[in-house]
Amino acid sequence: MIRIEPRENPSRAFAFGIPILSAVISLALAAIPLLAAGANPITAYGEMIKGVFGSVFAVSEMLTRATPLIFTGLAAALAFRAKLWNIGAEGQLYLGAMAAVAIGSGLLDISGILLLPLIIVLGAAAGAAGMMAPTYLKVRFGADEVVTTLLLNFIILIFLQMMLEGPLQDPMGLGWPQSAPVLDQGMLPPLMDRMRVHSGLILALVLAAIAQFMLARSVWGFKLRAVGENAAAARHAGINVRRSLFGVAAISGALAGLAGVSEVAGLKGYLTADLSPGFGYTGIVVAMLAGLSPVGVVIAALFIASVFVGADSMSRAMGVSSFLADLVVSMSLLCVLVGGFLAKYRILRTKGAKA
Amino acid sequence: MMDLLNILMTESFWAASLRIATPLIFGVLGALICERAGVLNLGIEGIFVVGAMCGWMAVWLGTGLWGGVLVAALAGAFFGLLHAILTVPLGLSQHVSGLGITLFATSVSYYTYRTALPDVSSPPRIEPFRALDIPIVSDLPFFGPVLFQQTALTWLALLMVALVWYVMNRTALGVAIKAVGDNPDSVDAQGLSVYGLRMGAIVAGSALMALGGAFLTMSAFDAFFFGMVNGRGWVCIALVIFASWRPGKALLGALLFGAFDALQVRLQTEMGALVPGQVFLMAPYILSIIALVIAARSADYPRALLTPWFKGQR
Repeated sequence: MIRIEPRENPSRAFAFGIPILSAVISLALAAIPLLAAGANPITAYGEMIKGVFGSVFAVSEMLTRATPLIFTGLAAALAFRAKLWNIGAEGQLYLGAMAAVAIGSGLLDISGILLLPLIIVLGAAAGAAGMMAPTYLKVRFGADEVVTTLLLNFIILIFLQMMLEGPLQDPMGLGWPQSAPVLDQGMLPPLMDRMRVHSGLILALVLAAIAQFMLARSVWGFKLRAVGENAAAARHAGINVRRSLFGVAAISGALAGLAGVSEVAGLKGYLTADLSPGFGYTGIVVAMLAGLSPVGVVIAALFIASVFVGADSMSRAMGVSSFLADLVVSMSLLCVLVGGFLAKYRILRTKGAKA
Repeated sequence: MMDLLNILMTESFWAASLRIATPLIFGVLGALICERAGVLNLGIEGIFVVGAMCGWMAVWLGTGLWGGVLVAALAGAFFGLLHAILTVPLGLSQHVSGLGITLFATSVSYYTYRTALPDVSSPPRIEPFRALDIPIVSDLPFFGPVLFQQTALTWLALLMVALVWYVMNRTALGVAIKAVGDNPDSVDAQGLSVYGLRMGAIVAGSALMALGGAFLTMSAFDAFFFGMVNGRGWVCIALVIFASWRPGKALLGALLFGAFDALQVRLQTEMGALVPGQVFLMAPYILSIIALVIAARSADYPRALLTPWFKGQR
């Protein structure tokens, strides 16, 4: 018989070791699909590493890919800390992106230095607004926010298509469903010449640092953690649980909205319906790999971005489907989940007798 | 208003409603079984994709249509077993595990499809299930076209509603499954295996979900496309709450949803000039949220839903 019992002192080494181990195991497991595709795994891993670290350009691409994942990872991590299951970052990302192009492409007559800050603030506000309805339905009616935020993603995506074929469509775009470009003064400046990495990354890193500090040191962070750990006890201790939930919902939605702002105003310059290849959903994996810690989110986002960029490059070189990256990412989530279990419990073999 | 009545009177409208409802019937029943046993299965969206891909690919490789249905069910059961291991004996977060299963199942399916067919731009087609043309009854005035010209998979879905209802309400197994989702301690006290019942329910439910996906590639369409499941799994999770975890109401919910979806397509063609088409496309998802809110108030949900249970710990 096998018996499971909680560890008395979950070691801190587990907190750091498990995500790293999960990442390594999921990468190692990728050998199976590589072999199935008839590729040599060693060559493939070599191509992946070259694709991420082989040149300044490669590193720039990786950092560019990590930027939106830091935003969506933070969005998930903060919400999950309060046990608010915001699975709607994908939709909130597009709300932020729509706000960015609506203001940034010259529909409003705002010129000069004010445009970029306004895009950032209103993009964040749009994302936050997208999280209000599910939070209200949760606290008022008890409607599961997992389902409402998931369904909202689809609603927002359809709304996006409507906007891109309507008010937001580029009049010069020959009828393509894409927005007009963001004006130059509304763009997040690039960090390096002739590279795609842009100052959205700096914004993401600053926000991660602020989130880390607030979560660990501020009253707000204390309340947030209290609500997440035991809402009933938090209420008993005089914490306004509803207000805490709305607060973290707004911040989570805003962070996801900023992912959209950063992709539009930092990278693409205009908005199409395929702006995000699932950054919102991948953010959940980033947050879980990070153990819901904001600093961890940065590291996990760099890892996941490396997997994506490396797999893309390997795919071009070897003809293996780049869906391999999605496989590795999803396996790392399952690995870290199991690892979290092993950190909290130990599995004992009790001899012979049935318990 | 007359237009609306005209639409509701047509045979083709109700036939379409039942067709659209079919994958949802499978999905809602699958989710119902899992949740009755106390486990939320957010793997449903990915299991739909697996069912769609595996069913199609099996037929494409020559197993025949029913072979494809079997392969789809087995593939769904496999991913269900994975979710079952993570959430039942390991007692991990059902939310996160389910999302992980969805991501994993989806990427496995996409990767397999791309690896098997690296260079195709237009997906290869199979010969899908045909409408079962039953002599005499198919010629009945209204019911003939609505009921008796559906494919065999729609009939299988309706049969499953009856079967799940029977098992849940008339057998000892059903009583045990419901008990394990309400009060696992009492089930354990009777000497039944909580783990076994819960894991079995998840595996069976996931197999049903995969059939919903298989319907898409083997009956509704004749090929596999990326993104073809398009949130149907999540809709099922909303519908099962609307259905208060009852098979009969699950059928009703799926049919209402199907009717609404069929209606929006028709309204779109009639009113396309006045309102952008996307407004109608959004409607089914909004309807699901409304259904969720209405039902959440009175929810007689399984008491132990989302609560892990460990042997020997009270």
